[in-house]
Amino acid sequence: MTDKPTGKPADQAPHKGSSLLRRYLGPLGILALPLMLGGCTLPSFYGFRGATKQGHDSFLLFSGTVIAAIVVGTIVVLLILWAVLRYRRRSDEMPKQFQYHIPLEITYTVIPILIVLALFGFTVVTENAVDAVSPHPAVAVKVTAFQWGWRFDYSGQHVSVLGETTQDPDPVGLNGRPCAPAVDCLGPGLVMPAGETTRITLVSADVVHGFYVPAFNFSRYALPGVTNVFDFTVKHPGIYRAQCTQFCGLYHALMFFHVVALPPAQFRAWLRSEQASSQPAASHPAASVASSRQGSPAASVKAAA
Amino acid sequence: MTLLAEHPAVLHGHPEHHEGPTGVLKWLTSTDHKVIGLSYMITSLVIFFIAGGMAILLRVQLASPHSSLLSLQQYNELFTMHGSLMLYLFAGPFAFGGLANYIIPLQVGAPDMAFPRLNALSYWLYLTGSITMLMGFFTAGGAAAFAWVAYAPLSSAIHSPGAGADLWIVSLLLTGFSAVFTGVNLVTTIFYLRAPGMTMFRLPIFTWNMLVTAILILIAFPVLTAAMVFLFADRHFGTHIFSVKGGGVPVLYQHLFWFFGHPEVYILALPYFGMVTDIIPVFSRKPLFGYKGMVFATMSIAALSTGVWAHHMFTTGVVLLPFFSLMSLLIAVPTGIKFFNWIGTMWRGQIRFDTPMLFCVGFLLAFLMGGLTGVMLASPPIDFLTHDTYFVVAHFHQVLFGTAVFAGFAGFYFWFPKMFGRKLNEPLGKIHFWLMFIGFWVTYLPMYVLGLKGMPRRVATYPSGLGWHLLNQVASLGSYLIAISFLFFLWNIWTSWRHPVAAGANPWDAHTLEWFTSSPPPHHNYLKLPPVRSERPTWDYFHPDARTISHNGRRNGHVKVGAEVGSTGGSDQ
Repeated sequence: MTDKPTGKPADQAPHKGSSLLRRYLGPLGILALPLMLGGCTLPSFYGFRGATKQGHDSFLLFSGTVIAAIVVGTIVVLLILWAVLRYRRRSDEMPKQFQYHIPLEITYTVIPILIVLALFGFTVVTENAVDAVSPHPAVAVKVTAFQWGWRFDYSGQHVSVLGETTQDPDPVGLNGRPCAPAVDCLGPGLVMPAGETTRITLVSADVVHGFYVPAFNFSRYALPGVTNVFDFTVKHPGIYRAQCTQFCGLYHALMFFHVVALPPAQFRAWLRSEQASSQPAASHPAASVASSRQGSPAASVKAAA
Repeated sequence: MTLLAEHPAVLHGHPEHHEGPTGVLKWLTSTDHKVIGLSYMITSLVIFFIAGGMAILLRVQLASPHSSLLSLQQYNELFTMHGSLMLYLFAGPFAFGGLANYIIPLQVGAPDMAFPRLNALSYWLYLTGSITMLMGFFTAGGAAAFAWVAYAPLSSAIHSPGAGADLWIVSLLLTGFSAVFTGVNLVTTIFYLRAPGMTMFRLPIFTWNMLVTAILILIAFPVLTAAMVFLFADRHFGTHIFSVKGGGVPVLYQHLFWFFGHPEVYILALPYFGMVTDIIPVFSRKPLFGYKGMVFATMSIAALSTGVWAHHMFTTGVVLLPFFSLMSLLIAVPTGIKFFNWIGTMWRGQIRFDTPMLFCVGFLLAFLMGGLTGVMLASPPIDFLTHDTYFVVAHFHQVLFGTAVFAGFAGFYFWFPKMFGRKLNEPLGKIHFWLMFIGFWVTYLPMYVLGLKGMPRRVATYPSGLGWHLLNQVASLGSYLIAISFLFFLWNIWTSWRHPVAAGANPWDAHTLEWFTSSPPPHHNYLKLPPVRSERPTWDYFHPDARTISHNGRRNGHVKVGAEVGSTGGSDQ
């Protein structure tokens, strides 16, 4: 601020205006913080930082909103505690029976509106980024959720991975290499290239399921009658555990899968080896083929790491 | 107004020649709103304890990974029934069937509800519906196991065969009608049976909130009833409204359900906001700060709540419209107004921390966190990363436990002396509060972390090695603490039953009309009414020198009503 208060009435007006501006922009500034800091320094608040490009955008919004919520919550808690502790009944004196203070009421109506509009602005920007689908994805996978398992069809590649939860998940790779930690490798593996865009087309074969990869900060329903399309751009190779989130019946709690992000070259090698294998899983009715195979990409990513 | 003509009869009171049957026959045949209100409250509290017991079973199961206490099917039935009982049969009926039924006619100065027989029908439909839902446990296939939302097509005849699911649907049809009848009754009572001088802007906030709630019931419940009829038709009459095979649209069920479901959240919350808003001023010895702002905030919450249903469906991918996000976020504004009004009421008051007030402060803190996380969930990208996880479980339990339990028991402790003419034991009430308050935070804070670590809701078991074990254990410990706190509540009731301490008409030095009559009130509620010059007629009567001052220093209510009050049945009758 350049102008200092000199006590002259003429200077009062602009100064008052700018302090008013600062008061209203304060909450906006808190929300803008994540963008200014670039996000890497933001606290995670026990959440995932987002292993995909899209998920990282969601994380920035999440973290910034938590900070704003903590600021607002702290102010309100302090007001409540102050009132509770300071105004405990100490005598039988009658307190002043005031009821209205219009300027104050307008203030605490307007400030929340501004905060909420700022959050809405960031929401729209982030949502557009997260929901955007690339016109030219590197890989397209059709994911079918069913009671109780997952099927991943690689469009145009004649490759299909299928796994059912009712079977005991087998986290051990083909060549005996363990997929560690085993708990990350439950259920069938959805293999995708790291650093490239993967298009997921999500459908359901029966009831509503929830396609949820916690580390990607993303979930979407597999809805019968609806085809959902979204993109993942995984940043680094790795294994990311995943699970059905929408209650879908008896074995809902066991409907696991996992995402295996391979370096692009290894991904294509995996795809070729799947094509070469004599019995495509697509024609195989049972999950045994896939569930014994799903450890393979997992093992190779460990080798790559 | 023709109704005015009826009032002199009320004001002169019905001496006790009106006594009907006593004992069991009284409870079975009464159309007195007080008896029906108590029936509602007792039934819903029994259901609360049943559903709470189920919650403890669920928490024991989740306290360790790979637990085998309950089978998958048993767990699925129990969490479905826990949610259904709590939401459909406890939280709503306890407020709008129980407390509102008892308190609203008293607060507006009416002898009874507008339609006493309809009121009785409401209760019996509710009781029948409740028993119908619980009967599911005694069928061959077990109770319904498709979560309290019963999404199609999981709730279809193919995926959920068996009578348990049908009983669940029929139960919602019965209790849905019960709620609509109660809604009609409340609206009519509040509009047409107010005492002389009781203008709309002199209604207690609890009454205001019940009016708005009743209107929301009339908007929302018919939609639920319709959805249930469709679901039942799909299951038994071969229609294909929600099945893809016959050209139906499964996601339509979610639209219908949440068009009921989100207003339902406010049907469950607004009555409890009203209770808190009536209680805080009493224990602060001050009028409610920003009374009119409070009324408009309630109205705008109700209006907004009918346009936000799709925020439960962000992850369906079919409603990515930012409109629903904006509407949902905007609800934070009137809710914030309420918070500041509650704080403003306590500000510079003389606050006494009797049990009801303690529960109110517990509500403020619980609902604050539930509300703030609710704002986060209104943003679709944040919803994507928390949807159907324990983050959401923690959020809505903080909201619903905050309202229905903290505020609900604030109301219970507050109005118990009015209903039974007896006091409850203060130390026991305070132990109940503190145990529950600590248990509440110990239970739900870890759940937020669990959700952010990726634990989905409605899972009967989870693998070890994910870092979920300890947090689940802590949450379970908290839930046991909550359960223990309710033993003190029951002990308190028992003490008051065995060793009654007379409460008197107005033990709290309260503000609203119901504290003017005896405890419990006589058959038609009032033998005489005080003049109603503000929203605090009882306070004005007992503290003529401590009337409300408006912000510009003038005293409210003096200008136009004085003469009218004297002529329409003042205090000197």
